[in-house]
Amino acid sequence: MDFNLAGVHWLSDLLLCTQPLPVPTIPTERQFYEENKPFTCLDGSSTIPFDRVNDDYCDCRDGSDEPGTAACPNGSFHCTNAGFRPTFIPSSRINDGICDCCDTTDEYNSGATCQNTCREMGRKERESLQIMAEITKEGFLLKQQLIHEAKRGQEDKQGKLTELQGSKKGLEEKVEALRTVKETAEDPEKEAKERHLKAWEEQKELIRMEKDKTRMAEAFLELDDDADGYVSVAELQSHLELDPDSDGSLSETETQGLLGGADKVDTSTFETVWSGIKDKYLSEVSQGQSEPPAPVETPQEEESRDFVSDHDSDHYPEDYAGEEDVEDDEEDDHEEEEEEEEKVPPTVQTPEKREDDEVSMPPYDTETQSLIDAAQKARDDFDEAERALREVDDQMKNLEKEIGFDFGPSAEFAYLYSQCYELSTSEYIYRLCPFNRVSQKPKFGGSETNLGLWGQWAGPEDNLYSVMKYDHGQGCWQGPNRSTTVKLTCGKETVVTSTSEPSRCEYLMEFTTPAVCQEPASLDEVLHGHTEL
Amino acid sequence: MASFIERMCLYRVLVLSVFLSITQAVDRSNFKTCDQSAFCSRQRAMKPGQSSYTALLETLELSDSHLTVQLLNNNNKVLLLLELYRLQGNMTRVKINELKPIKPRYEVPDVLITDPPTELMSVLAQDEHRVVLSLGGEDWRLILSAQPFRLDIMEGPQVLLSLNSRGLLAFEQLRIRKDTKSQTDTEEAGEKEDTEKHDKEKVSEGEEEEAEEEVDQPGMWEETFKTHADTKPNGPSSISLDFSLPGVEHVYGIPEHADGLKLKNTDGGDPYRLYNLDVFQYELFNPMALYGAVPVLLSHNTHRTMGLFWLNAAETWVDVSSGQGSSEVPQTDVRWISESGIIDVFIMLGPRPNDVFTQYSSLTGTQAFPPLSSLAYHQCRWNYNDQEDVSAVDQGFDEHDIPYDFIWLDIEHTDGKRYFTWDNNKFPQPKDMLQGLLDKRRKMVTIVDPHIKVDSSYKIHTEIRSRGYYIKNKDGGDYEGWCWPGNAGYPDFTNPEMRKWWASMFAYDQYEGSMENLYTWNDMNEPSVFNGPEVTMHKDALHGPWEHRDIHNLYGFYVQMATAEGQIQRSGGLERPFVLTRAFFAGSQRYGAVWTGDNAAEWGHLKMSIPMCLSLGLVGISFCGADVGGFFKTPSAELLVRWYQAGAYQPFFRAHAHLDTPRREPWLFGPDNTALIREAVRQRYTLLPYWYLQFYHAQRTGQPVMRPLWVEYPEDIATFSIDNEFLIGRDLLVHPVTDERSSGVTAYLPGNGEVWYDVHTFQRHDGAQNLSIPVTMSSIPVFQRGGSIICRKNRVRRSSSCMENDPYTLYVALDSQGNAEGEIYIDDGHTFKHKTDKQFIHRRLSFTANSLSSSDLSPDSQFPTASWVEQVNILGAQKPDAVTLTATDGGESSVEFEFDPDTAVLTLRKPGVNAGVNWTLHLR
Repeated sequence: MDFNLAGVHWLSDLLLCTQPLPVPTIPTERQFYEENKPFTCLDGSSTIPFDRVNDDYCDCRDGSDEPGTAACPNGSFHCTNAGFRPTFIPSSRINDGICDCCDTTDEYNSGATCQNTCREMGRKERESLQIMAEITKEGFLLKQQLIHEAKRGQEDKQGKLTELQGSKKGLEEKVEALRTVKETAEDPEKEAKERHLKAWEEQKELIRMEKDKTRMAEAFLELDDDADGYVSVAELQSHLELDPDSDGSLSETETQGLLGGADKVDTSTFETVWSGIKDKYLSEVSQGQSEPPAPVETPQEEESRDFVSDHDSDHYPEDYAGEEDVEDDEEDDHEEEEEEEEKVPPTVQTPEKREDDEVSMPPYDTETQSLIDAAQKARDDFDEAERALREVDDQMKNLEKEIGFDFGPSAEFAYLYSQCYELSTSEYIYRLCPFNRVSQKPKFGGSETNLGLWGQWAGPEDNLYSVMKYDHGQGCWQGPNRSTTVKLTCGKETVVTSTSEPSRCEYLMEFTTPAVCQEPASLDEVLHGHTEL
Repeated sequence: MASFIERMCLYRVLVLSVFLSITQAVDRSNFKTCDQSAFCSRQRAMKPGQSSYTALLETLELSDSHLTVQLLNNNNKVLLLLELYRLQGNMTRVKINELKPIKPRYEVPDVLITDPPTELMSVLAQDEHRVVLSLGGEDWRLILSAQPFRLDIMEGPQVLLSLNSRGLLAFEQLRIRKDTKSQTDTEEAGEKEDTEKHDKEKVSEGEEEEAEEEVDQPGMWEETFKTHADTKPNGPSSISLDFSLPGVEHVYGIPEHADGLKLKNTDGGDPYRLYNLDVFQYELFNPMALYGAVPVLLSHNTHRTMGLFWLNAAETWVDVSSGQGSSEVPQTDVRWISESGIIDVFIMLGPRPNDVFTQYSSLTGTQAFPPLSSLAYHQCRWNYNDQEDVSAVDQGFDEHDIPYDFIWLDIEHTDGKRYFTWDNNKFPQPKDMLQGLLDKRRKMVTIVDPHIKVDSSYKIHTEIRSRGYYIKNKDGGDYEGWCWPGNAGYPDFTNPEMRKWWASMFAYDQYEGSMENLYTWNDMNEPSVFNGPEVTMHKDALHGPWEHRDIHNLYGFYVQMATAEGQIQRSGGLERPFVLTRAFFAGSQRYGAVWTGDNAAEWGHLKMSIPMCLSLGLVGISFCGADVGGFFKTPSAELLVRWYQAGAYQPFFRAHAHLDTPRREPWLFGPDNTALIREAVRQRYTLLPYWYLQFYHAQRTGQPVMRPLWVEYPEDIATFSIDNEFLIGRDLLVHPVTDERSSGVTAYLPGNGEVWYDVHTFQRHDGAQNLSIPVTMSSIPVFQRGGSIICRKNRVRRSSSCMENDPYTLYVALDSQGNAEGEIYIDDGHTFKHKTDKQFIHRRLSFTANSLSSSDLSPDSQFPTASWVEQVNILGAQKPDAVTLTATDGGESSVEFEFDPDTAVLTLRKPGVNAGVNWTLHLR
């Protein structure tokens, strides 16, 4: 072994010569190590001759007799580290061949060649402390600003809330007032419209009867094959569609029944027969040419139903496929989807227009129209007022939610609300939206992955606001749902500085913000406190 | 549209349910049962009875070294050649091959360390029915009976072992394939006649009798398992032989199986299977094959321990049947069935357990003497993500004052699973990282698997391809299979040229970013082929002239051999290698450590780690461990702590975890659990001198390090089935707590008249009793045998290298006569100089007649050590009046002492003598 003694700490002299320790190592405990007097273990467990202090054999249960050797399993060694910061290391690191103390004092007998790096480390530490101090200082100033802004923001919000509460009251009254106006205007409107409609119905009935008569006459002529002025059983029998029992044949008796028991009927008697058969009767002309039947109400309804079901079959699979894609139950996707669905316009309006195929209703007379216009205006006014009220309600809810958030003891984190911060790595873009969510998107295509939704502050008890926890992100195969821990450190800027995945699907994000900067001890104090030693 | 979606949906459900079932446990349907293995079911269909073989005594020839005799199969007239060797060290070798095979049959090379030296055999008696041969000693005899053929090994009037006594010798001779038509329609008589004639011509050789016609059975010329076809161009070639062990009820060995120490009866179930396989989430208490295979079975009763070594590397099944033999004597019958190769059996006759270990290690070698640091604690995870992660974990150990020696990198450290490379983003400066570890006297292991990514820009691949070193498929092209890197080739490690080239890849200038503190882990070397039959290689793949079928169980053995050789070479032959392997075979002990593969974070798996490593130890592989914490799934803090406590007392001590599990470094479970884990790891470090000594012995003698109790107490029947506790060497008995919320364990302390000392409290207990021990979370029940002396280093530092020069504390545990003995072994811990330059210290410590002295066991060796004797604790002592030390130079000095009457422990303060010299301490 290389026992190069040049510049070796006094401890090595002690060991090599088995001399008692001339000076105790720990300044505060120096008094207990009095040379040439029996030493009492610091826990008082026993008293030993002083030559057993630092003699490389552990006599005290608390390890206090061997402050300079590795003999005691529970001992610790004090590095003075002049020029840097004094520190304790476990005594197992004395003479283990690894330089732990920057002043090299821990390796006085191991052959390890250690350089005294205390001065350099001290300088570096001071530099970094200085930088940190500056950052902290500036950060703290920014924090004050943030607190101030947050306070003002909070006040604004509170004020706005109060304001909104006031305007809500006004709006509620307005809505009620307009409701009355609307209802008042709607009564005469309704009456006038009903009147108009009734007149129209009557007119329509006349038209319909006229049409029916024409059809009847046409039918009579059509049926009266021999043009004898009568429709006979034989003449009617070819119209199988009239078969009352739908057995495919129209018997003589059945036909007679249709003709009211007679063998044949003339034009005037046919009127009564017609009312019985007209719904089923198919014109021979249209039958022959297989023309589509005249548009009547029933087919229309069918058509509209078809339309709706078409819509279903178009749309349903999309929903289905959508759900499959979000197997992992990503809540946001669901939200987006719901939004999408809402955006789909209502589809059942179109068929109504078909009524226009028939003769359309005549326009309202001026008097009725003016009543309608007045009522419509009242309705519009009412709707608008109601919408305004809803808006105010929404605003209030959002404000209350925001006010209710825990933005830190002085709301210094409030400024992060509704912001997002990104960090780009070689593979992914990470996105932190504080108090909302964390996500990850591959740089080169691929969908975004939810790494967690805002959970809670999760720092240690004495520093709760140093860590944010986002959980219930997208699930992992054979693993937990993704979650992200965000560690906050003091910085002038608000930036995501790093991300990692220490365990599968458990992400760690480092985030600097002035909001966590602590009030700095004065820079002088910081530096002074270290140079003293 | 809708129906398409429905189908998609159904598909997803199916896929999902497949995954789910996989996550629960092993998917048994991926692996063959005996019924699904054509040769096994064929052989097993044959029932015990009169053997169809006759020994043709007229062909008997006896030379100096061996005896040969032909065996005739009376059914088909095929002749076999039996060779019998009497080997030095009380062993008999029985070889049976075809007398004239149409092409050579595979004989396993490289496993035996030497051609076993023979001894003279002499004929004691001979008539037309039998030949009696002397096996030495007074009345050791071997009786060869002619009709039916059988062999009996006798000691005096007692039969120790019989071969073919149940008539299960079966040897499928190699044959020419009948034409393809007969293969599809075996019922056609005309076809058969032709082949019959052909067979007759081949075998008759002067025989007049008609050979029975042999009918092809399904699976002889091809076999399909799931979607995988095995073309079997060589047809049937399987072999089988039975062994009867009268008076034996307990048999052990034939790892690797996740089963108890004592082998179970396989009647009515599947035989134990030996076929190296990558089994995903293996099941416990199951004879299914696992990652490695050592075809060695030990039998034991109160009188005798014997061993059977079935030297065959093909797929092998072993039936074990215990019951009453004739006249109420218990008997165990064992039957071996292998798919190809020859019968080559070594019968190790003991008679003591240590004799069997000596015998077996004289054949296949002993455990490689590992670097001391590899006996310390290993921290592994799939995966430590990048250099920062490695550095943070390293720092974490120091911050929490937990020692460790090795940190491991799994497959993700590579550039796209190209072994010998580094991921440039995550590990841009591997040498800086390794230097950082070296500065703390720590080491690293990277994984190097044998599947090589098929990628023309990957040097390793292009070299292997251009040199023609890949295993070939049945059509002669490079065999390719699916593994971690995607499409991969598999180097033919059976080729010595290939191994030489592979070894050269570990040179510092070849393996870029490697340094002397970087070691290697060979995983997936069964070999694992994700898309192959049973997740391994097609049996018709080719290794030169041989089929993969012939060599399968050897592949992993060769991978580790070549890797260890590479590590030796890179240091110019100076440094001991450390290579961990998952697949193994007989002889793998020569190349490093083995672990029990992908276990799970379950209490059952913690328990199973004991019998699995005990079984490996019995067949030579001492350096064994299980993933601490369990690989799959997530352990509770309690399970993790208990596993650390158990693992700290097993030979290979490594924590490992699956990629999908949450982090579990020791400090992540609260300060209490951190403290418990720290304490367990520290106990390991204090005992490293003892572990090192055990491995020194293992290397020299082949004795297992981790031993079943019966090995040391062979006459105590109570120990024969114990596999929840074990011995380390002779002197430490460990009974780990392996039950959840345990409040106590019952440990069996063996040895009538012996005493045991609790190593934590020094409380003394009598042997030959079941001792109830109340336990808390900090309890690790460990006992030191009275009569032993154990050296510890109690100054636990952050790595074992840091403790190199530290002093020893001796624990002298007195037996009931007041005596004790122990040893101390010291060398540099990492080179071969102990062997090449005799640089080591090996001393005997002995306490007798109130004197403790250290004397040299190896006077011709030397090693300078700075270590000294710090303290001596004498357990079970009485208070002396004075203690004096006599140093080497004869000078006397008095030694201070302390006596604790409550524990009867006498502590001698600081004798201060160097650990490498003679000294005596006198108690007066």
